[in-house]
This record gives sequence, structure tokens and C-alpha cells, in this order.
Amino acid sequence: MPDTAPATGPLIGRDRNWHPPAYTPHYKTSVTRAPQRALVALGSTLTEETGPAFGHSILGPLDNNLILNFTGQPAIGERIIVHGRVLDDSARPVPGVLVEIWQANAGGRYRHKKDGYLAPLDPNFAGCGRAITAPDGRYEFLTVRPGAYPWPNRTNDWRPMHIHFSVFGTGFGQRLITQMYFEGDPLIARCPIVNTVPSADGVGQLVAPLDMNAAIPMDCLAYKFDIVLRGRRQTRFENRLEGM
Amino acid sequence: MMQNLHQLKESPSQTAGPYVHIGCMPNFLGNTGTYPVDLGVSPMLDGALGQAITITGRVIDGAGMVLRDVMIESWQADAAGHYPGQPGADANVTGWARFAADFDTGFWTLHTIKPGRAPAPNGQLMTPHIALWIVARGINIGLQTRICFADEAPANAACPVLARVEHKDRIATLLAHATAPGTYSFDIHLQGDAETVFFDI
Repeated sequence: MPDTAPATGPLIGRDRNWHPPAYTPHYKTSVTRAPQRALVALGSTLTEETGPAFGHSILGPLDNNLILNFTGQPAIGERIIVHGRVLDDSARPVPGVLVEIWQANAGGRYRHKKDGYLAPLDPNFAGCGRAITAPDGRYEFLTVRPGAYPWPNRTNDWRPMHIHFSVFGTGFGQRLITQMYFEGDPLIARCPIVNTVPSADGVGQLVAPLDMNAAIPMDCLAYKFDIVLRGRRQTRFENRLEGM
Repeated sequence: MMQNLHQLKESPSQTAGPYVHIGCMPNFLGNTGTYPVDLGVSPMLDGALGQAITITGRVIDGAGMVLRDVMIESWQADAAGHYPGQPGADANVTGWARFAADFDTGFWTLHTIKPGRAPAPNGQLMTPHIALWIVARGINIGLQTRICFADEAPANAACPVLARVEHKDRIATLLAHATAPGTYSFDIHLQGDAETVFFDI
């Protein structure tokens, strides 16, 4: 089996000490939306080990270009490339999987009817993009750097600049939504959503470094954001497990 | 010191936030102009075999409030219990759907076909079920649960997954109830006395 063949084995359980817990009271909405009963542990079944597949035919030519993909006229803001790879826990690339992103515009305003922030909409910016990873797991987007914005949590909470990521693996049990932050943003350490992640190392995994080598001179800067999906157990013995 | 396992940690989850529709369901939101259609509007194509069903429900928080900003994805087998991509699977069942609560009422709806029984790893058959993945503002990591069917009592009783639920009275939280032929109701309670069973899979 080549090194890059997608894994198909059972999913390895999530490290729930690494992910945010459900109940994180400084992020106030979590208080009434967090289950109180323990999760019922279950080894993965066919249901979680299989998942939807997306072909390149779903993509339009500008789907990963948020600067142009709404009206064809350029959005206003700091032009950046956001690129990286989708990897499994053995650092193997995960090819052919869908990556979707969404974000606010350069002023921190979302094109969403529930966003009433006073910063204006950019008539040429919708704020969504999508891509399918290449054979080496790579994806890239061209966008504008989103602005920070205030939100009604504590009296003066501001989200750091961030891009939301939704990532598919090869199994439905690998579904992941997360957020990418930007190197050096002083709001990161102050954010109660960032701080739902228990460890500093975990937070660091969500901070994209400036990547000058991927920047295009006189055109745009670049940030690198690799995404790691939960792993699958490799079959080392053929013995069938007893029970589930 | 010891050797390094060379294993990477999974990227930590973060909430999908209140504006998840911008990225995942822009046309549903009314943001037309970027994608011709939203992905996952249906888990099947015309001609899918099996019983057509409609499941409707709400997601309710620990204070009894209905979530109007929740997004749900579903994944299921075809009528014979085969997942898309498996040999013999119904080519008209894509299996995956994505739907959101109505912004005003909080009701969500899934039009699909009733899945068949798929095997668990030990070879026993699982009861017909639809896996759900639930994300929203205030949910830090997507919640995993299953819709099973109250009218599949023998299969439910023999299901090795439902057997894993130690508190048997909680199995009822995983059952959709028929309200009319082919129509089911399934509410999800995030917290409290009626709390839905969520899985760590």
C-alpha cells in the first residue's frame, strides 16, 4: 500500500482533553448548550468510518478566491493567501477532501442577516470559499484579512481576526469545524472562545504563522494553516475484535 | 528519555458560531451569487429505492429555548443498509445532507429514505439509523447522535449500539416517532432532564 493511500480503518478515539470541553462558562452561550450527561463511548462503526465524497465538479473556478467570487469586482482589504495541508495524525496528506471557509470582511462585518455590527458590508465580499485538497493534501485560498469584531459576551469582548474552517475527512466521524487565527494578534489571548481550548499548545495549533515565502511580492501576503484530522487505527493483526 | 511516537494532535475544534450559514449554506441564508446551489440539500437523487420519509424536529437548549442558529449534517445508509461507495450501494443515495433550523421557527426538516440495517464491527446488525452531527454557536465541538425509529422495535432491541446506552430509559431520546405515515418527529435536547444521548465515537 503506498504511503499516501487513504486510511480506512477504525477511527481512533478523540482526545477530549485536547479539544474544548462542552461547558466553558466564560463563553456564555455554552452554558445552556452543553450536555450535562456523559457522552456514551462507542468504537467507530461503518457509519463513522464512511463519509461523503466530493468531486472537483462541485467547484466553480473562483470558489477559492474570496476576493473575486461574489461580484467579480475585488473586495477591499489586506490581500492574503491562506494555504496549508490537511493531514492525518501520522502526518500523511489527506487528498480529495472538502475544505470550506467563511469569515467577516476587512472591517469585521459578516454578510449575515443576524449581524448588526455598525461596520459596513463590502459590496464585493460574500465571505465564503471552498476547495478540495490536492493529492498532496494541499489547499489554498485568496482572501482579505478579516477584521476583529465585538460580540455580546462580556461587556467588552472582541473576537480576534479569524477564519472559520469546516473540514471533511474520509469518514463522517472525522468531521471538524475550527477557527484559524493570525500570528501576533493580541486579541487571541483575551478571547473566551479561543480559551475554550484547554492548553496553550492546542491554541497554538490554531494560529497561522505569516509565511513570507508564499507571499507574492507587490501583490499579497500569505499565512500557512495546516489542519490535522483524527487518525484511524491501522490493522496490524487480522484478529477480529470481540464485542464492539 | 524515550522515543517519540511521531503522532500529530488533531486540530482542536472551535464553535461554528452564529454565522455558519455564510460558509456552509449561503443560498439558504439568502447569500446567492457565489455558489449555484448549497451542498447537501438532499441525501438522495430521483429514483432512490426505499420508503421516502420526512423527519422534522427542533434543537432545544437547557433553558427550553429553541435554537434558531443550529446546523445539522446527516449521514446514512441506503434502504438495504449499504453506505455510498460500498459494493451494491444504491447509486441514487448520496447519504449526506446538511440542513439548518428555520431562522424564525427553529424547525429543521430532513427528506430522505429510511435506511436499512448495516453491520456493526462484530457482525451484528445495527438498527436503522441516521447519524447526526450538530454544530452551533455555543457548541464547542460537534455533537454526535443518531436518529433511530420507534417503529423498529425488534431491530432496536437487537442493536449493539443502543445496547451500549447503560441508562436504558435514555434510549427513548434516540427514537423518532411517526406522526403520520412516512412522517417522523425528532427533537434534540442539548441539556437537562430530557437530554439526548450524545456519543463519543
